[in-house]
Amino acid sequence: METILFVTSTEADGTLNRHALEALGTAVDTAVSLPGSPLVVGLFGEKIEAAANSIANCGAVRFLGVEGAEFTQARYATDAAALEMLCRASKATLVIAPATSRMARVIAGVSHRLNGRIDTHVNAIATSNDQVAITRWFYRQRMFSELTRTQRPWLLSVDSGCHTAYQGESQNVDIELLPIVLGSDHLRTKVAGFKAPSADQQTIRPDADLLFVTGAGWTKKQKDGQTHPKEAEQLILGFLRETKASLGGSKSLVDMSGEGEQVLQFMSHLNQVGQTGATPRHPKGLSTCCHGEEPHVVGWRFIRERRAVNLDPNCGWARGKADVLYVADAFEVVAKVNALLAEKHSTVNA
Amino acid sequence: MPDPLQTLEPVTGVGLPALKNEMMLPAVLDPWAGHALYEAANLAKKVPGSKVYLVSLGQKAKLQQVMMTIAQKVSFELVAIDGPASGFTDAHEVAPALAAAIMAIPGIDKSRLLLFGGWESASRGAGATMQILGEILGITDQFEGVDEITVQDDGSFQVLERVEGGKHQVSTCAGTPAVLGWATGNLGEPRNDPQVGMANMRTVMPALQRAKPAKVAAEGVLYGRVELPKQQRNTRIVKDMPADQIAREIIEWISQK
Ligand SMILES: Cc1cc2nc3c(=O)[nH]c(=O)nc-3n(C[C@H](O)[C@H](O)[C@H](O)COP(=O)(O)OP(=O)(O)OC[C@H]3O[C@@H](n4cnc5c(N)ncnc54)[C@H](O)[C@@H]3O)c2cc1C
Repeated sequence: METILFVTSTEADGTLNRHALEALGTAVDTAVSLPGSPLVVGLFGEKIEAAANSIANCGAVRFLGVEGAEFTQARYATDAAALEMLCRASKATLVIAPATSRMARVIAGVSHRLNGRIDTHVNAIATSNDQVAITRWFYRQRMFSELTRTQRPWLLSVDSGCHTAYQGESQNVDIELLPIVLGSDHLRTKVAGFKAPSADQQTIRPDADLLFVTGAGWTKKQKDGQTHPKEAEQLILGFLRETKASLGGSKSLVDMSGEGEQVLQFMSHLNQVGQTGATPRHPKGLSTCCHGEEPHVVGWRFIRERRAVNLDPNCGWARGKADVLYVADAFEVVAKVNALLAEKHSTVNA
Repeated sequence: MPDPLQTLEPVTGVGLPALKNEMMLPAVLDPWAGHALYEAANLAKKVPGSKVYLVSLGQKAKLQQVMMTIAQKVSFELVAIDGPASGFTDAHEVAPALAAAIMAIPGIDKSRLLLFGGWESASRGAGATMQILGEILGITDQFEGVDEITVQDDGSFQVLERVEGGKHQVSTCAGTPAVLGWATGNLGEPRNDPQVGMANMRTVMPALQRAKPAKVAAEGVLYGRVELPKQQRNTRIVKDMPADQIAREIIEWISQK
């Protein structure tokens, strides 16, 4: 028997994001599969009422909250204080949170305060005979294992895309608001806001159906012996415009862009996919001008369908890493794709 | 950690799972930790009176191998701890070992500490060690996924942290101490400088000799079988198809729901 706390921060508008609802879905399933294990909800943020009401029917026996202007900002000291208090008040043995950047910043630190244990980037929680086991990856998506722990509380942060999001009727709930006293030590850090690329340079789209990955080949000398950075840039941006895909890059390409070369100014390290980059989740991925080396491809672990365009029939993709490898010139193929899509869109709009 | 260019294969180890031929695999400095080191060195150069310590837990022989590749990059003083650098050990055991080593540095002033490290390791990718370490040392200004720090004249500093959707959160912290878990940052890998290497090696070898063994494992954790994903796909290799036809195939594929 466990006491399960689902805990998360609320969004600026007082709601819960999809990732949080997915983690709640996991928490609800876990509670249901462990008879006699109550589910408690803990929320913190500037305002939490709307969020609590929206999940009123998730089966929780208590709704705990920490609320106030200081919790608007994602700041370690205040978020950790709120999370710690929610965990303590719930007497949870199992704490389930979404692995959002905000929760990920504090959850391990709080596990230490509680003399508990943390596992992050959890992909699945399974139960059998009152035992809880989690699955996570090791060595950057190279291998995975199930594991259990004897220590409690056990805090778990759950990756996005691993569970369907909770859905339920809204209703007013009674929230037990926990009083929290903050000192100046909690407020040494101030969040000024966010820095985002301008709208037309916003190339990372986590909800896109397609990940479009570009490799260093886009900047290499082509069959005419020349490089074509301007054309590459136009083709890539054109593809993103037509398909609404999210843009990924190989390390070689983003490193070049970072060094201020005359190529692909819209690429940054945030686009990098792989060992030292992101491991995004999209249903499909199309790789172009990228060799498909292992440290790159580990970033594709959660891309279901994979196709690649490369001039080299012996590139990494050919060796069982892609479903389809088109041995072709990506400049030509992407130009054609863009032209065909533009034509299609203009007939639809006409 | 083992060089990511190597094939990594899990095996049942003594107690914890391990990697096949783990001791034979060439070791590299964990990539995000490497960025943290370069950023630390860069900052130390700009702020007079600063000093960079590199506190590293790993098998002694592996640490020595790693030092051969990074000692020429930037100036630091090594504090070595002899123990496993495995993805299967627990951050709750690694962090106390690092904390003890940090506290044992002669003359260390905790109030002036900027604790830099990788935000996630390439072995476990948990993003837990830095936070727990900060908590043990009583540091509650912490930043994760850091790509930039800018120190102001009054000792305060601005930090850019990665958040969802390709954005950065911009924060200002009143001053040290703080924990910064680094992502890639903005610096390229420094070029090798033999003079820096020579200066570093004077402290590296004694530090390796002094390295205390740390008992680091994962008490209370029971691992199931560690498995490799079934990653081999049946790749259809399409040659000699005109670009036009490939484009149509790709469009059809991306339009399917
Ligand atoms: C510690 C470590 C961490 C790393 N982390 C990462 C990581 O996170 N992400 C990552 O990506 N890499 C990572 N790498 C680097 C990785 O090993 C490769 O070096 C890198 O992915 C190569 O990038 P690329 O395929 O774009 O470039 P290249 O290897 O230069 O390949 C370019 C490709 O473009 C093709 N090409 C050229 N012109 C055309 C054209 N007109 N049409 C079609 N194809 C064309 C070529 O055939 C070639 O295959 C890491 C390496 C190490 C050691």
